[in-house]
Amino acid sequence: MNKNIQIIREESLRLLGHTALQIKEKILSREIQATELVGKLFEWIKDIEPNVQAFITVNEKEALEKASEVDKKIANRQKVGLLAGIPIAVKDNICTKNLTTTCASKILQNFIPPYDAFVVKRLKEEDAIIIGKTNLDEFAMGSSTENSGYKITRNPWNHECVPGGSSGGSAAAVAADFSFLALGSDTGGSVRQPAALCGVVGTKPTYGRVSRYGLIAFGSSLDQIGTFTKDVKDAALLLQVIAGNDLRDSTSAQVPVPDYLHGIDSGVKGLRIGIPKEYFAGGLNTEVSKAVKDALKLYEKLGATVVDISLPHTEYAVAVYYIVANAEASSNLARYDGVKYGYRTGESRGIIDMYCRTRSEGFGNEVKRRIMLGNYALSSGYYDAYYLKASKVRNLIKNDFDFAFGRVDCIICPTSPVPAFKIGERANNPLEMYLSDIYTIPANLAGIPGISIPCGFSETGLPIGMQILAKHFEEKKILQIAYAFERETDFHLKKPPLKSSSV
Amino acid sequence: MKIDKKTIEYIANLSRIELSDQEKEVFIHQLSDILSYIEKLNKLNTEDIKPMAHSINTTNVFREDKLELPISREDALYNAPSTMGVFFKVPKVIE
Repeated sequence: MNKNIQIIREESLRLLGHTALQIKEKILSREIQATELVGKLFEWIKDIEPNVQAFITVNEKEALEKASEVDKKIANRQKVGLLAGIPIAVKDNICTKNLTTTCASKILQNFIPPYDAFVVKRLKEEDAIIIGKTNLDEFAMGSSTENSGYKITRNPWNHECVPGGSSGGSAAAVAADFSFLALGSDTGGSVRQPAALCGVVGTKPTYGRVSRYGLIAFGSSLDQIGTFTKDVKDAALLLQVIAGNDLRDSTSAQVPVPDYLHGIDSGVKGLRIGIPKEYFAGGLNTEVSKAVKDALKLYEKLGATVVDISLPHTEYAVAVYYIVANAEASSNLARYDGVKYGYRTGESRGIIDMYCRTRSEGFGNEVKRRIMLGNYALSSGYYDAYYLKASKVRNLIKNDFDFAFGRVDCIICPTSPVPAFKIGERANNPLEMYLSDIYTIPANLAGIPGISIPCGFSETGLPIGMQILAKHFEEKKILQIAYAFERETDFHLKKPPLKSSSV
Repeated sequence: MKIDKKTIEYIANLSRIELSDQEKEVFIHQLSDILSYIEKLNKLNTEDIKPMAHSINTTNVFREDKLELPISREDALYNAPSTMGVFFKVPKVIE
């Protein structure tokens, strides 16, 4: 590489390597203009993205227009929003007005939403710059982003590995410094697991904390929009913007939103941390286990008490999830019928034939598998044995957490049993893929909030994440606990070894 | 509980999905595997346990019964594969 290009690249990487709060300060103090930042960002994306494939759609023109609008506001000393000039990527299952939203499915390949999701509206109100829509497993169904109908996203730390999923594009975009912030969705771990595999911070709020209006539905009693950030303070910043009640989502909670950044440095002295023994049993990679146990030692040093607890129904969580989530999905995905939007088959014999052909041609295999499994579990004669049974066991899983939180302030455990696995390794065994989410699914079933933060690296240099869980609506507490660890460690500061696509 | 060919055809039809014979084979095998795994739930006695549909308490949300126009008719029709005037156009419904 030409030496000058090398220097320019290093300079722009230093700039793009900042956190959102740091870059916001630079924009507000006019040390850098938002337009200049966005320009450099897209140069970087064009150079590196061919090796990563995090985006389905990039939004360069509109991003530059918005940046220029923010610059003008700042120059004129007008009031600017909480995310003024900060580039953000949005998972492609969250509706963006006039910007294609595909859900990584062929069935929505040309879908242009006529409205913004609640969270997108909030981003725009706070002057964030939406730079593009990120790749995912089709309809958020998967744990590796290999099920996308468009492309396979690669892990920025090792291009032969998956970024995790389903929000793999958002996780990779933040890890590769394509974006300062990103939004994802988490139905069974789709924010926390890819965050862990890509070495970034992933937050899943309490069910109902963030409006699902405009999030394309998968499992409606489990879905929650979450955030990807480079550190914990940025997670607090972004959650502040998207949390809150919305009348257009009837499950959106009417619970006041606290100031998440205020007191984030309160520490963990006197805190009781629960360690669920079931999460450290067979199947857990030894490097992951060691990294999390080392983190617990640090917490003890910081004044917290570590307590052994039990969540006895953990082993049933994956089974419950694949009935409940897919039953809900089979109903939610009935709307893709080739009538109101999306793909429609060419020739057909009547309307039923049109539905069948459209869906068979438009959906990928994982989506078909889940719709069929869901319809089976809900069908006459099987409803009690599967759906009802799973709904009852779900209650037992929630009771496990209720009981545990009577004794401890939070629970800490691994986010994923393994670091990033190789592309293709689990693609032909759906059940094995489902077990990737064994540590993240219980939080969705119980509706509680969770955060995954970097806590180490494997010998081969792959990131390891740990998860902090707390009671409903205790996002503020998990952010404080996460920050107490982060400020003592430098795992979140390490950057992946990215190569230019032009050399 | 194993899935057989008849069952896969039944649920494919409920799902409005067409499968080739080869796809049926693959799905029979995969869904049977998944269902065998799910059968571990039967180890638990849940007779006195209430089913749970939502993780937080939810109540109905009401609003004034006032006409609102969130999106225009033009916008609503924009993404449709086929339209005629102000209608969605579909193939013949009755033979």
